[in-house]
Amino acid sequence: MTSASKKRESLLRNNALQTILGSLLCIVIGLLVGYVVLLIINPSGAADAILAILKNFMYYPSAVASMKYFGTTLVKASALLMCSLSVLFAWKVGLFNIGAAGQYVIGAGACIYCGIKFGLPWYVCLLAGIVAAALVGGISGALKAYFNVNEVISCIMLNWIGLYSVNMLLSKVKEQSTPYTKPLSSVNKSALLPNAGLDTLFSNNQFVTIGLPLAVAMAIIVWIVLEKTKFGYELKATGMNKNAAKYCGMKEKRNIIITMMISGGLAGLGAGIFYLTGIEQWMVQQTSIPGMGFNGIAAAFLGGSNPIGVIFSSYFIQHITSGGSYVDKTVYCSQISDLISAFIIYLCGFVLFFKIWINRFLDKRDERQAAKELKGGEE
Amino acid sequence: MLLLIQYTLIFASVLILVALGGCFSEHSGVINIGLEGIMVMGALGGALTMKYLPGSMAAPLVILLVILASVLVGMIFSLLLGVAAIKFNADQTLVGTALNLLGPAISVVLVRAINTAESADNVSSAVAYGQTKKAFLANIGQFEFNWFMLISFLVLVVSYIVLYKTKFGLRLCACGEHPQAADSVGINVYKMRYAGVLISGALGGLGGLVYITAGVSEWKFENGVAGFGFLALAVMIFGQWKPVNIGLAALLFGLFRALSNVYTGFDTLVALKIPSTVYNMLPYIISLIVLVFVSKKSRAPKAEGIPYDKGQR
Repeated sequence: MTSASKKRESLLRNNALQTILGSLLCIVIGLLVGYVVLLIINPSGAADAILAILKNFMYYPSAVASMKYFGTTLVKASALLMCSLSVLFAWKVGLFNIGAAGQYVIGAGACIYCGIKFGLPWYVCLLAGIVAAALVGGISGALKAYFNVNEVISCIMLNWIGLYSVNMLLSKVKEQSTPYTKPLSSVNKSALLPNAGLDTLFSNNQFVTIGLPLAVAMAIIVWIVLEKTKFGYELKATGMNKNAAKYCGMKEKRNIIITMMISGGLAGLGAGIFYLTGIEQWMVQQTSIPGMGFNGIAAAFLGGSNPIGVIFSSYFIQHITSGGSYVDKTVYCSQISDLISAFIIYLCGFVLFFKIWINRFLDKRDERQAAKELKGGEE
Repeated sequence: MLLLIQYTLIFASVLILVALGGCFSEHSGVINIGLEGIMVMGALGGALTMKYLPGSMAAPLVILLVILASVLVGMIFSLLLGVAAIKFNADQTLVGTALNLLGPAISVVLVRAINTAESADNVSSAVAYGQTKKAFLANIGQFEFNWFMLISFLVLVVSYIVLYKTKFGLRLCACGEHPQAADSVGINVYKMRYAGVLISGALGGLGGLVYITAGVSEWKFENGVAGFGFLALAVMIFGQWKPVNIGLAALLFGLFRALSNVYTGFDTLVALKIPSTVYNMLPYIISLIVLVFVSKKSRAPKAEGIPYDKGQR
């Protein structure tokens, strides 16, 4: 047995590598399924359409334009990153925060309202968004901790309550003739996040702001809190076994509520760094919840529920979501990317099985090799 | 008033069907969070069948075919959950959520593809079925009777009998309470769980069909089913996983849902000057409050959500 093969084997046993392999497999299969669906709808343009999704901003031939749209994709990806951090944080503590979507909506409502109605500067608006979203997350947490209400169901209810409330709140600051809220850039410039020179990197895309580095910094902070602090350890212990945590003297109820509050706050921050760039105005007649929070679930699991991993997976999910708008609209529709990312979430459910399967395969190979070596020794 | 009763009954029918679906799945030990997505898919199957059936067809045949289509689509879609959760031990909440996102995505993509193929300018995600839908309705004076009200009631009765009076039902419940014990007396836990998930798929799909035919004559698939699958789960929890209680809980929730459709018909409610958005929120708020009171002493099947592992003690 050579030392090289031994090394390769230990690499395959590496948990992180297995996660990455699993995620890549999810992506490949997800894209294949998307391709098959496109083929079924119309075989002639399917290859072009899937390429358009993958190319996204590279669709533009000029470097200036594609850089600009790269910036826009990054801005959306940063909001998505916050949502997936929100899902991930709760997941690490054993809670499934499907309410990230609703918390995102509440955060958006709070920061837009503060910006337009009260003319507050951006940092106050951002804070308002975080606090409002954290409170909504806290409601789910408290219901779970004190009344044993399944957090998935309470989160869904709060998603809808949040959407209708925000629609009601923001109709007070909407434009006269359209169902959209007044643009921040004309009503209150101080509510816009500062660019700090980042816009010049992306062909003067004014939506690229400090939100971008902020989101990446938050991912690193979440990683540090979860992996390197006593607080994070306590939270994770509560998630693994509530009763054992209680037995060790941890306040398990408080931990659940705090987790959901942090989780909500992260989603709220995501809404803040998106809407406070002025990239989009809120449509007050929305009847469906913005998909950002749900895509956050996809990104969180595709990233192997690792805060650093989700930086990449969020970007990927946003990349194909934005890419969906470049497909040939006369034949296909942009929701094909939603289908792909939904299917990727589904496949993520199999990653655990995939890991077990790899390990079993490696074990068997080891056994066979060991048996062979034993035989060789006897001869 | 008559209108309120009519809407209450039809929304209650949806909730009964879907909640019973959830009930079967959870009694077998699989949490079905994906009911929302299953509803959308069932609705899609039904809506497309209604769209393509000739208007001249006899009403009973139309009813049968449409129901069959939505039940079948619902069952096939629920198999995605079944295979992942039972065969591959996947996380049931995660897979269920994936179904909830997949359902609307698939239906929007398909419906828009069909619409744009018919005429290039049509980019809507709506399916119109106004004419065929009439097969389900029968007017009794002012009251618009919908055959689904009767069907849901029958399903409720049958579910009660199946769950409590048949060998199959009792075995199903055993798999959700203590699968190892069930296995030790020769029950195939995997088969039972597949049965539970498939039944939930059938009922969820049917529920989706009833939901989109309640009141409107075309359905925009972008909107999915607006959290109704989750309301049904709340109904199921409120009903403590028991068919009769589920029926009563569904009536209560149906009433609040119906209010948002018809509150303008009541002078006292209009006089209160509450914005219509509040009525839209009402079912969700009520279900949160109800959940607070009933979740503490939950009678959920004990082994639900835990993948069955033969080797485990």
